[in-house]
Amino acid sequence: MPQPITATNDFVVKFANVNGSGSASANGLFARSILRMGIPIASRNIFPSNIQGLPTWFEVRVSEAGHMGRRGGVDMMVAMNPQTWDRDVAEIEPGGYLFYDSTRPMPRSRFRDDITVIGVPLTEITNAAYSDPRQRQLFKNIVYLGALSALLDMEVEAVQQAIAAQFKGKEKLVPANFAALEKGRAWAQENLSCPIGLTLKRADAVGDRIFVEGNAAAALGAVYGGATVCAWYPITPSTSLAEAFEKYCGKLRKDPETGAKRYAIVQAEDELASIGMVIGAAWNGARSFTATSGPGISLMQEFVGLAYFAEIPAVIFDVQRAGPSTGMPTRTQQSDLLSAAYASHGDTKHVLLLPEDPTECFEFGATAFDLADRLQTPIFVMLDLDIGMNDWLCEPFKWDPARSMDRGKVLDAAALDEAKSFGRYLDVDGDGIPYRTWPGTHPEKGAFFTRGTSRDRYARYTEEGAPYVDNMERLLKKFGTAKSIVPRPITIPAKQPARDGVIFYGSSSAAMHEALAGLEADGIHLDAMRIRAFPFHDDVAAFVAAHERVFVVEQNRDAQLRTLLVNEEEIDPARLIPVLHFDGTPITARFIHAAVAQRASAANILPFRKATP
Amino acid sequence: MSYLPKPKLHHPKLPTNAIGLTRRDYEGAISTLCAGCGHDSISSAIIQACFNLSLPPHRIAKMSGIGCSSKTPTYFLGNAHGFNSVHGRMPSVLTGAYLANRDLVYLGVSGDGDSASIGFGQFAHSIRRGVNMCYIVENNGVYGLTKGQFSATSDWGSVAKKGAINTDQPIDLAAIAVQLGATFVARSFSGDKEQLVPLIEAALVHEGAAFIDVLSPCVAFNNHPGSTKSYDYVREHNEALNKLDIMLRRDEITVKYAPGEVTEVTQHDGTILRLRKLHEGHDPTNRASAMHHILDRKAAGEIVTGLIYVDPEPSALHEHLGTIAGPLNALGDADLNPGIDALESINAALR
Ligand SMILES: Cc1ncc(C[n+]2csc(CCOP(=O)(O)OP(=O)(O)O)c2C)c(N)n1
Ligand code: SF4
Repeated sequence: MPQPITATNDFVVKFANVNGSGSASANGLFARSILRMGIPIASRNIFPSNIQGLPTWFEVRVSEAGHMGRRGGVDMMVAMNPQTWDRDVAEIEPGGYLFYDSTRPMPRSRFRDDITVIGVPLTEITNAAYSDPRQRQLFKNIVYLGALSALLDMEVEAVQQAIAAQFKGKEKLVPANFAALEKGRAWAQENLSCPIGLTLKRADAVGDRIFVEGNAAAALGAVYGGATVCAWYPITPSTSLAEAFEKYCGKLRKDPETGAKRYAIVQAEDELASIGMVIGAAWNGARSFTATSGPGISLMQEFVGLAYFAEIPAVIFDVQRAGPSTGMPTRTQQSDLLSAAYASHGDTKHVLLLPEDPTECFEFGATAFDLADRLQTPIFVMLDLDIGMNDWLCEPFKWDPARSMDRGKVLDAAALDEAKSFGRYLDVDGDGIPYRTWPGTHPEKGAFFTRGTSRDRYARYTEEGAPYVDNMERLLKKFGTAKSIVPRPITIPAKQPARDGVIFYGSSSAAMHEALAGLEADGIHLDAMRIRAFPFHDDVAAFVAAHERVFVVEQNRDAQLRTLLVNEEEIDPARLIPVLHFDGTPITARFIHAAVAQRASAANILPFRKATP
Repeated sequence: MSYLPKPKLHHPKLPTNAIGLTRRDYEGAISTLCAGCGHDSISSAIIQACFNLSLPPHRIAKMSGIGCSSKTPTYFLGNAHGFNSVHGRMPSVLTGAYLANRDLVYLGVSGDGDSASIGFGQFAHSIRRGVNMCYIVENNGVYGLTKGQFSATSDWGSVAKKGAINTDQPIDLAAIAVQLGATFVARSFSGDKEQLVPLIEAALVHEGAAFIDVLSPCVAFNNHPGSTKSYDYVREHNEALNKLDIMLRRDEITVKYAPGEVTEVTQHDGTILRLRKLHEGHDPTNRASAMHHILDRKAAGEIVTGLIYVDPEPSALHEHLGTIAGPLNALGDADLNPGIDALESINAALR
C-alpha cells in the first residue's frame, strides 16, 4: 500500500450521489464551509439530464494556491451511490481515501488495497434518530457532512455559519441541521482516527472574492447593462440566466412608487419567437436579450441573419452544452463557436464575446448591450455549462458609476429636425455603421422600412446588384470596426523567452493557468494568449506570427476556434496545433498539461531546460 | 422590381382630418402587386381607416411577414415605420416591438400561408398573450408569392388553378382566434369596403388582441371556378352578421346607420361599436355563441363576415405583465441602473 496522501488545503474531494436525494444542499454546505475558513475552492456539478434516480457528482477542488480549474484525479471519494460504486472507487488516486456508508457491509473484494477506506454507518445513524423516510434521507446528507468535517479537521463554526446562511429566512430548520451535523461529527470522533491525511487549516486566501454562478452574473450584467426586455424559452443550461434576470429585476427594477415593472420578461413559445421578440424590441429602441443553448441557436438562425442584414441590435447569451443534436444536455462544451460566428444563411459574421468566469460574465453581459447598440448587430455572449451553472470563486462585480449606456448612433427628433436628409444605410462616418432612429420619433422625418430584403442606402427595396454589393461590403467594414471595440485579448508572457505559444478562451482559462505553471516546471515555456472576442483583435495574428507553433486549447471535437483563426486571419493551419477536450466534463489542468507536453515532444519541440545551478 | 415613390402633389381642396392630414398623407409607394389583387383593396381600406381615425402615421408600426400580403405595408402609411420580417414570424417581432414601446399603434399584416402554416404557432401565441395590435390576415387561400400552392386555409375540395384538388381540412383563423382568447375577432371581404373600413378602425382602437380575417382573392392564382376564395364565390356565400359603425370617445365617425335591431358595445376606452344585427341570435360579446355561430353558418355553406366577437373590457400583455405605464424604451440610466450600492450589497451577499 502506498503512503496515504497527506495534504493541507490542497486536494480534491468528489461526492457521488443519486439525483434527487437532497445531497446538493449538503455538498454545497461542504464547499461554502471551506470558503468560510478562508480557503479557496472550485466546485463542479456533474449531473444527468434527469430529475431523479440517476447518478450525479459534485467535485470540490480545495486550493489555497487559488487554482480554480479542475485539477483532474480524486483524493477522496464520498461514494454514496451503489450504482456507480465501481467506477467511483476506481477513480481514487493511489494513497487516496474512500468514504462510504458502512451500514450494510461491502464485500472486501470491492475495495482497493492502495487506498484508505473509511466506513460510517450513515443509514444506521439516521434510522435510529429519525422515523420519517424523507427526513432520514435528507439528514443522512448532513450526517456525512458532520463526519467529513471531523475527518478533515474543519472548523465546526464554519459549517454552522454556512448552515445558518443557507437557512436564512427559515431559521426554524437550523437547530435540526446542527443536531444532525453533530451526530456525524461525534460518531467520527469516537470511532475513527480524526483527522485523516487531508486536512483543512484556516487561511486568508479568499479575500473579498465572491462565489457565484456565471448565469446569475451574466443576468446581473444585463440588469446593469440596461436590458429591459427578455424573451426566452427554457433550455438547460441557460434557464437559470433568465430566471436570475427575473429575480434581480424583481428586486432592483420596480418603480418605487407604483411597484410597476421597468422590464418585461416573456417566456416565449419557442426560440424562434424569443429571438423574434428580441429583434422587435431592439428595433423599437429597447435593450433586449435572450438566453439559450445549442438547439436554440440552431432554431434562431434565420432571425439572426435578419438582424445582421437589417442591422438590428440583439444580445444572445449562448450557454453551450455538449452537442450535436440533443447531445449531452447537462454536460459542458465549447462547440457552438462556429454556428454562432456564422449563424444563418448567406454571408454573415457575428460578434462573439468569450468570458472566462462569472466576473467577466457580468462585465460582458453589460458590455454586450453597448456593443449591440453601437454596431447595430447581434452579439453572442458565449458561456458554457461549466461557467454558467457552477459557482465560481471570482473577483467581485465592479461598476464604474460614471458609466452610462452607449446607445450608439440613434437620431432623436431634434437631430432629425436638423438633418437635411436621412439615409438609414449611409456610411456617414466611414466606419460602416449607419444611423438609425426609433419608430415614432418624428412626424415627418426618419421613417424607413426595415426588411431582410436587399435595399439601397435609403432603405428602399432593390434587387440591383450594385447597391447589394455596396451594402454587403459596408457590413464587412462594420465588422472591421468591431475589431477595435470588442474586448482585447490578454497575453501572459512566459517566464523565459518562448518559441511557442498557446491560445485558449472561456472556461478553459482556470485549468490553463494551472497547466501553464505545470508545463513551466517541466521546462516547457509557452507564451499564452486568452482570446476574449471574435472578430479577433490584430494582436491575435501578431501573437501567432511571433511564435513557431501555437497550441489552441478548446473544448470541442473539431477545433472550432482554430478554424475561425485559419479562416479569418488566414493563418497557416500547420502552425496551429489543436488540443481538444470534449467528453462533456470541464477540462482539467492535468489534461492540458499532458496533451501539450505530448504534442510538444511529438512535434520535436525541445523544451528550454532550466539551467541547473 | 424597385421602389416607386409616389409624387406627393396635394390638391389644396383635399379634405383633411382632425390632425390636418389628407388621405394622401396615409398612402405609401405605388403597389407592385397584380392589378386587381384583393390585397390592394385592403391597403386602401387601411389608409381610409387610419385617416378616419386621425392617427399620426409616424406613431403606427406596420409589421409583416413574407408573401404578397406582407409586401403591402410598403404601399400604405409611407410615414410609418415598417418591418417586413421573416416568413410567418411577424407576430413575435410585433410582440417585441410592443414590449419595448406600448404607446405606438401596432398593425400586423400577414397572409394565410404566413399565418396559418409556417406562422400558425406565432399567430396563436400572440393572440393568446393579448398583444395590443390589429392583426390582419389577407386570406386568399393560396400562396401568391410562390405562385399558386394551396395554403392551410384552402377549403377541402377546392380546386387550384392548374386543377389540383385540395384534400386537407382548412384552418378557420377567425374561429381559432375566438377560441384562443382574442378580444376582437372579425371577418370581412376585400371587396366590401363599407364593411371592412369600420372593422379596421374598431380593431385599431381596440386595446387588446384584435384579429381580422379578410378574404382577399388572388387574381393570379385563385380567382377561378372551383376556388372558394374567388370574388364570385365569396360574394355569393357572404353572410354578413352585422354592420358596424364605430364612434370614438366623442366624435361620431359615421352617422349612417340603418334602422333595424341595433346593439351597442361600449369599450372601456369609451369607444362605441354600433352594430346593426342582421343575424338574429348573434351576440358578439359571447365567446361561446360566437364560436357556435361561425361553425353553424359554415355548415350551411356560408362565410360569416362582420364583427364576430368583441370583449368590451379587453386587457393586454403589458397589464398582464405589470409593466410601467410608459414605454420601456424611454427609460434611461437613472431608471435602469441599480447603482453601485446595490452592487456592493449583492457582492456582500455572495461572500
Ligand atoms: C422560411 C421560408 N420558407 C419559404 C419561403 C417562401 N415563401 C415566400 S412567400 C410564401 C407564401 C406566401 O403566402 P401567403 O402568406 O398566403 O401570402 P400571399 O403571397 O398569398 O399574399 C412562401 C412559402 C420563405 N420566404 N421563407
Ligand atoms: S399573385 Fe395573387 S396575391 Fe400575389 S399580388 Fe398577384 S394577385 Fe395578389
